[in-house]
Amino acid sequence: MSDFFTVSVIVATIASGIRLATPYLFAALGETVGQRSGVLNLGVDGVMLLGAFFAHWTALETGNLWLAVLAGMFTGLVMGVIYAVITLYFKAQQGISGIGIFLFGLGFSDLMFEVKIGSPKFTKQLPDIEIPLLVDLPKVGELFSQSLLTWGAFAMVPTIAILLRRTTFGMNVRAVGENPQAADSLGVSVNRVRIKTILIGNTMAGIAGAALVLEAKVFQPNLTQGLGFIAVALVYFGAWRPLYVMAGALLYGLVQATVIRWKVLQIIDRDLSDIAAMAPAVLTVVALIVLAGRIQAPSALTKPFERH
Amino acid sequence: MQRIVGAIVPLLAAVAAFFCAAIILLFLGASPWEGFTSLVDGAFGDVNSLSQTAVRATPLLLVGAGISISFRASVINIGGEGQIVAGALLSTIVALNLPDVPRPLLIPLVMLAGIVGGGFWGAIPGVLKAYASVNEILSTIMLNIVAVQFLNFMLRSPLIDPKEVEAGTRIPQTERLSDNAALPTLIDGTRLHLGVPIAIAAAIVAYVILWRTPLGFRLRAVGHSPDAAKAAGIPVKRSIVAALAMSGAMCGLAGAILVFGSEGQRLITDGTSAGFTGSAGFNGIVAALFGGLHPLWTIPSSFLFGGLLTGATELQRSLQVPAAMAVALNGIVVIFVVSSARVRERLNDGLAARKEFDGTTGPDTPPSATPPPTTPPVDGGPEGATT
Repeated sequence: MSDFFTVSVIVATIASGIRLATPYLFAALGETVGQRSGVLNLGVDGVMLLGAFFAHWTALETGNLWLAVLAGMFTGLVMGVIYAVITLYFKAQQGISGIGIFLFGLGFSDLMFEVKIGSPKFTKQLPDIEIPLLVDLPKVGELFSQSLLTWGAFAMVPTIAILLRRTTFGMNVRAVGENPQAADSLGVSVNRVRIKTILIGNTMAGIAGAALVLEAKVFQPNLTQGLGFIAVALVYFGAWRPLYVMAGALLYGLVQATVIRWKVLQIIDRDLSDIAAMAPAVLTVVALIVLAGRIQAPSALTKPFERH
Repeated sequence: MQRIVGAIVPLLAAVAAFFCAAIILLFLGASPWEGFTSLVDGAFGDVNSLSQTAVRATPLLLVGAGISISFRASVINIGGEGQIVAGALLSTIVALNLPDVPRPLLIPLVMLAGIVGGGFWGAIPGVLKAYASVNEILSTIMLNIVAVQFLNFMLRSPLIDPKEVEAGTRIPQTERLSDNAALPTLIDGTRLHLGVPIAIAAAIVAYVILWRTPLGFRLRAVGHSPDAAKAAGIPVKRSIVAALAMSGAMCGLAGAILVFGSEGQRLITDGTSAGFTGSAGFNGIVAALFGGLHPLWTIPSSFLFGGLLTGATELQRSLQVPAAMAVALNGIVVIFVVSSARVRERLNDGLAARKEFDGTTGPDTPPSATPPPTTPPVDGGPEGATT
C-alpha cells in the first residue's frame, strides 16, 4: 500500500483518471443537454460504439487522427438525425427506442469491424498538449499534459453550462424540458429545440466514442462495455448540472485509474479488483437514492410533445 | 379488429427490418436471396437447427415474458442481464454445495435457486423505485454492472475450479457441476433440453398470473393508472416491487437454464455479461416488444428471434456475413416496433373511443391473444403515468 501513497504515483493516477474521464464527460454532457430539453437517449452506448468504429477505421485508412475525430462526430450526427426522427416524428418511447439504437450500434459496429478490419490493428495516439508554465510545476506538472480531446471535454463543461444558463437557446431548452406547453404557447417550437439538443447530444456521443478508441488505439467489438449507459446515469448523478456531471465523470475516471494502478502495483490482487470495479456503480445507485427525493428531473423528460 | 391491428404492426416492422437486412447484405457483397435462404435453413432447416433455435430462444422467451409482466405494471426492466447473472450464480452455488441430491430433486432445486436469485436482484430496483423513487431504468442498468463484476469476482476466487488453480491457468470458471443438475436432453443427438418446455410453461404461468389472478389485476391496474389504483385501495408500491421481482425471477430462471443446459455444465465468464448471457437481457426486450408485450405471443416471437440468432451463425459459415448482423437487426426491429407503436396507438384509440371503455380495466378485458393497444409510458410509476 505504501507504494501507492507517494506523490508521483498519486499524481500519475490522477492524470490517467482525468484521461479516462474524457469519454464519460463528452457523452454525459451531451446527454445532459438532451435531457434538459426533455429527451432521454438511452442509446448513447450504441452511438459511442459506432463513433468509435468509424473513427478507428478512418484513422487506419488515412492515418490522420483529426479526420478520425471528425468521422466520430459525423457518425454521431447521423445517428442524431435518426434518433430525432424516431423520437420527435414517430414519438417512440424513449426508454425502449434507445435500447434499439444500442443494439443496432453494438451489432453494426461489430459487423463492420469484422468485415472491414478483422483483426486488432493499432493506430497512433493523439498527441498530448501541454499547458505552458503549469506543466513545469514541480510534482504535479504531469496533470497538465493531456490530449486535445481531454482539454476539449473539460472546456465543454463551462461551455454547456453557459449555453444552458445564459443564452436564449439554453432558456428555450430548459423551458421545453420543464413545460413544453407553455414554451409552445410563447412561440418556441418545441420540436425544433429538441432536434438541436438531440443532434448536440449524439454528436458528443460520437466524439466520446472517438476519444475512447483513440485513447485505446485499437477497436474491439463492444469496446465501450456499457460506458455509454454509465454516462446516462451520470446525468442523474450530476442532477442535470454540467459541473456535477463533471464531478461524476471524474469520479468514474479516478476510480478506474486507481484500480488499474493498484493492480499494476499488486496492492490488491485481481480478485479484489472486480469488487473495486463495482464501487462506482454501487455509488451511483446510492447517489440516486440520496438525490431522488431532492432533485427534480426535467418535468417533461421522456414525454413526447403534443399540442392540446 | 384490435387483433388485426396488433398483428399488422410487428409484421410491418419485420418487413422493414428485413429490407434493412437486404441492404446490409448487398452492401457486404452477398446476395440477399442466398442470405435469407441460408438464414432460414440454418434456423429451421432440420431437427438439429430447430432444436438449436429452441435452445437459443429459451432465455429470450423467459426474459421477454418477465419484461411483459413489468411493462404491464408500467415498470421498465432493463436489468435482465444482471438478473440472469444473479440467477445463474445462486443456482450454481446450490449445485456446488448439494452435488449428491438425486436428479429429480436437484433440477427443481437449482431452477428454484435461479428464480430466487433473479427475483431478489429484480426486487432491489423495485424497492428503490417504490420507496425511494429511484428511476428503475438507471438502477437496473447499474445493477447489471454490479452483477457482472460480482460474477467475475466469484468465479476468479471463491467459486473457481480447483483444477484451474492447480494448473495455474486460472480460467474464471467453476468446476463441472453435478450431472444430477444437468437438464436432460429431450431428443437424442440434438441440443434440445428440458429448459425449453420449462420456459414455455413459465411464459404460460406469467400469462395466468397477469390475467387470471388478483395479483395480475393489481399489476395491470397500477400500470394503467397508479392514481386510480391507489384510490381503489390497491397497494401501488408493493405491486411495483412484485412486478420487478417477478420479472427478475423469470430472468433468473433463464440464468439457471443457461448454466444447466450448457454443454460445459459450468458457469464461466469472459469478464462481460454478454459473454455468458449472449445479451439475452436485451434481446429478450426485442422478443417481448415483437410479441406485443404479451407473454403468450412472446413464445412464437422468441422462437423467431432465436431462429435469427441460429440462422446468423449459419450465415457466417456459408456466406462469411458476421453473426453480429443478428444483433444489428434486433436493434432495427426494436426501433421499428416502438416507432410504429404510435401508429397502433392511433388506430386503437379510434377503436376504443367507439366502444367507450371504462377507465381502469379498459382495453385489456378481452384477455386471450390480444396484444396490448399501447405500451405503457416510459418513466412509468406513480408520478409518470398521469396523462
